[in-house]
Amino acid sequence: MTEQPLIGEAVAIAAEPRLAGARIGVVTFPGTLDDRDAARAVRLAGATPVALWHADTTLADVDAVVIPGGFSYGDYLRAGAIARFAPLMSKIIDAANSEARLPVLGICNGFQILTESHLLPGSMIKNDHLKFLCRDQVLRVENTATAWTGDYTAGQEITVPLKNQDGQYIADEKTLDALEAENRVVFRYVGWNPNGSRRDIAGITNEAGNVVGLMPHPEHAIEAGFGPENGSGTEGLGFFTSVLNKIVGDNK
Amino acid sequence: MTETPAVAKPAESGKKFNIDTVENAARTPDTELPWAELGLKQNEFDEVVKVLGRRPTGAELAMYSVMWSEHCSYKSSKNHLRQFGEKVTEEMKKDMLVGIGENAGVTNLGDGWAVTFKIESHNSPSFVEPYQGAATGIGGIVRDIISMGARPVAVMDPLRFGAIDHPDTARVMHGAVAGIGGYGNSLGLPNIGGEMVFDSVYQGNPLVNALAVGVMRHEDIRLANASGKGNKVVLFGARTGGDGIGGASVLASESFDDTKPSKRPAVQVGDPFAEKVLIECCLELFKGSLVEGIQDLGAAGISCATSELASNGDGGMQVELTSVLLRDPTLTPGEILMSESQERMMAVVTPENVEAFEAVMDKWAVEYSWLGEVTDTGRLIITWDGEVIVDVDPRTVAHDGPVYDRPYARPEWQDSVQADAFTGSVQDAGRPAAPSELAAAVTELVASPNMCSKAWITNQYDRYVGGNTAMAFPDDAGVVRVDEETGLGVALATDANGRYTYLDPYQGAQLALAEAYRNVATSGAIPMAVSDCLNFGSPEDPDVMWQLAEAIRGLSDACMELGIPVTGGNVSLYNQTGTTPIHPSPVVAVLGKLDDVARRTPSGWREDGQAIYLLGTTGSELDGSEWANMRGHLGGRPPKVDLAAERELGQILINASRDGMVDSAHDVSEGGLAAALVESSLRYGVGARISLQDVMDRDGVDLFTALFSESQARAVVAVPRSEEIRFKDMCTARGFAHVRIGVVDAEGGTLEINGVDTLSLDALREAHEGTLPKYFG
Repeated sequence: MTEQPLIGEAVAIAAEPRLAGARIGVVTFPGTLDDRDAARAVRLAGATPVALWHADTTLADVDAVVIPGGFSYGDYLRAGAIARFAPLMSKIIDAANSEARLPVLGICNGFQILTESHLLPGSMIKNDHLKFLCRDQVLRVENTATAWTGDYTAGQEITVPLKNQDGQYIADEKTLDALEAENRVVFRYVGWNPNGSRRDIAGITNEAGNVVGLMPHPEHAIEAGFGPENGSGTEGLGFFTSVLNKIVGDNK
Repeated sequence: MTETPAVAKPAESGKKFNIDTVENAARTPDTELPWAELGLKQNEFDEVVKVLGRRPTGAELAMYSVMWSEHCSYKSSKNHLRQFGEKVTEEMKKDMLVGIGENAGVTNLGDGWAVTFKIESHNSPSFVEPYQGAATGIGGIVRDIISMGARPVAVMDPLRFGAIDHPDTARVMHGAVAGIGGYGNSLGLPNIGGEMVFDSVYQGNPLVNALAVGVMRHEDIRLANASGKGNKVVLFGARTGGDGIGGASVLASESFDDTKPSKRPAVQVGDPFAEKVLIECCLELFKGSLVEGIQDLGAAGISCATSELASNGDGGMQVELTSVLLRDPTLTPGEILMSESQERMMAVVTPENVEAFEAVMDKWAVEYSWLGEVTDTGRLIITWDGEVIVDVDPRTVAHDGPVYDRPYARPEWQDSVQADAFTGSVQDAGRPAAPSELAAAVTELVASPNMCSKAWITNQYDRYVGGNTAMAFPDDAGVVRVDEETGLGVALATDANGRYTYLDPYQGAQLALAEAYRNVATSGAIPMAVSDCLNFGSPEDPDVMWQLAEAIRGLSDACMELGIPVTGGNVSLYNQTGTTPIHPSPVVAVLGKLDDVARRTPSGWREDGQAIYLLGTTGSELDGSEWANMRGHLGGRPPKVDLAAERELGQILINASRDGMVDSAHDVSEGGLAAALVESSLRYGVGARISLQDVMDRDGVDLFTALFSESQARAVVAVPRSEEIRFKDMCTARGFAHVRIGVVDAEGGTLEINGVDTLSLDALREAHEGTLPKYFG
């Protein structure tokens, strides 16, 4: 039996002890693709990633949860439609709505799962150009008051990869008006709307600001040389440091 | 979760058809069998009868017909392919952990890491049904990689389509690209490169090749063999259906049983979700050391998996075929044996690991069924409800198929084709010379179908997933990190030039290798191993057979000279429309190693003021070039091959990368220096000021030739000012031609070449990136 870690498994890095105590869960459904990437982002931000399995019935005392991208259960029905019913999801929904307001970040398929779970309003349909699209995308941070955006400055533009087929955010006009009125649009596409999303919306938050979902992939902009070529290449790391500072701050 | 029966019930309709048992076959020697419809020749059928000492049963006939097909047995190419194993030195074997013959070769990367890669064709299905054909091409090659015990980490796809403006090309192109994306993106494998060629010779026969690469620890290498008497044989993954029956040989005949439903297509249908789950589930099996041997089910399905596992192990296996989980209960035993349903694996498990194996299956909700066990009888026995329907020596199925010495001869037309040089031809009339003409020519070149930006395709592929992609299209090679702590990684490139190979198959195959080798070295990686996908026409045509024989001879000679072994690959024959074969297209993939992927060299300029050097010499080599192709000419001799120069150039690029002497490097190949200069400019939108006077004076060529000639063993590099002396000294010490041709200009937004009207980067980009959207939307 091999002693070495399986390829793609966690590589230990020296972390700041203050942060390393923070445990951030990364959910894996059958068909999840970016779970190892999300775990790497958590590690590089200094926290401890905790692997959560879709069939788990407890949240393993995590301080926050990331629902990564992929094609959960193949997404043959509608993106996120089946994942929403996984045993772990009901725990996440309860924890997100509880007094403690567990911070939850849904990326790409994770965002789709959050809308299917009604933790966030609206829905995603196929890109208006009908193709899968992979590109480096500029986003504007519209709201820095959420659990996942505190380390950014309002109006800051960041470049992170975007890669999806069903990325067009839609909602009825009333919901869109309400999202804007309540400052719940967290990210907007800048320069070009890559999928026809209503009002250039790339990501949104719930009323309490603990649940954030977006289509682009901050976990792929955390290491220079392995992410976008424009900018520093690490402009997605702020999501993970933001939630850490929030967790550590809350625990003080 | 789905309930998974550990042992399936025999198919309900199991008795609805008459089962042709071995006993029955012995009793009824004169029964007519549909061997011709199954693709066997008279002599081959006679050989089966001789091997068995009786007529085969229907099920045995099904197995032999698929396993002895050209696709599975390499019967026309085997005699030539031997050279890849023979022309190998001890030095070349040093890092080869697993060679040709397994699912994929394995190369030692050091630090206990190993890498496995392979390239395969999925040409015919991709013409019939482009989406599923291309998708299952990715699926099949990825399962080959898993079968070796590796985690797949990236894919690439060299594509060759018909003429860009032919109405059918959009159908194939849209389908194949969407299929590769739809399947590959869903597996979480970054697509890091490939090729795109348009040529009317591929109109009725596109080439859709797929490459996958995987990494593992040395101790995790798994082989396809069934050893240990009493060990259990299990089939897991998707259920077996009627798709892809006879995909490897011919569309299956329905004459087995006339009560069957309509004919089913020979193209398999893919389910990427099932494959993704299968990958993770297999890796968990490997991690727990729960399987003794493993084999994916691809061409020839269960026939292939059982016969190969058995013949590579202790030589015996007993299998109950009614235990196979079916999507369609009406399938006959022969169809079950031939089905090419995707996303299936077969493994051999010790009795004590059965429980742990089942726990992993249950965790991932993967269906499985125990089919039988390993024996030491030397026979592969397959029963149907207890009655023996197959009783064969598995070697005769898997390895002892027919081998043909097909006649071949240099085609009569070869001399006249080679005599028809581009220079001075009708198509060469009015060769651009004035500055405005040359500027127009450069713009036309970079907008041409084969030289235009491939972003329309590659933007439909996920290049980021996994978080280890250090370089991808449009750089010369794809680079993936293997070890996050040390930065150890691999670089990969694939290349082929059908026109060069048509003009001279021996040299053309060598040029494909030389370019892939150069592309890998350009990224800074040390070339280590080769995988090839030999796409040719019908081996029954002596002209084509000669092209194949020459290409293999050329490629194997060149591998020997460059010191990198072929570790695996695939031969795809009968690629033709009617009697017109495709251009011989040996697609060569080269894998290289980077000690730290952070040191990779990208192809574009970035830093203002850096010196630009052209390495290598330029001759008047326009035959077979992109320029000649744009003018509708194909004749003459391809560029000269100089493998010693390629090796030297490779060393310079590798050393320069390691020691930080170059900030960018781009190979000069199709489209010549003109294409290389434009691509290096557009990569990051940073231009340059270039003068080719020294090149023209030194090499005795005019400006047009300096720009459009496709002389080999050349590269363009950008050298930081602080490194210039050191870099020049290295080239001088190695006796390699190098000349400074200009400087990077980050301000101007232009590519200025003395003697050519100024080219604005915006206009170049519009031309370069506009072509594919114009044709494909």
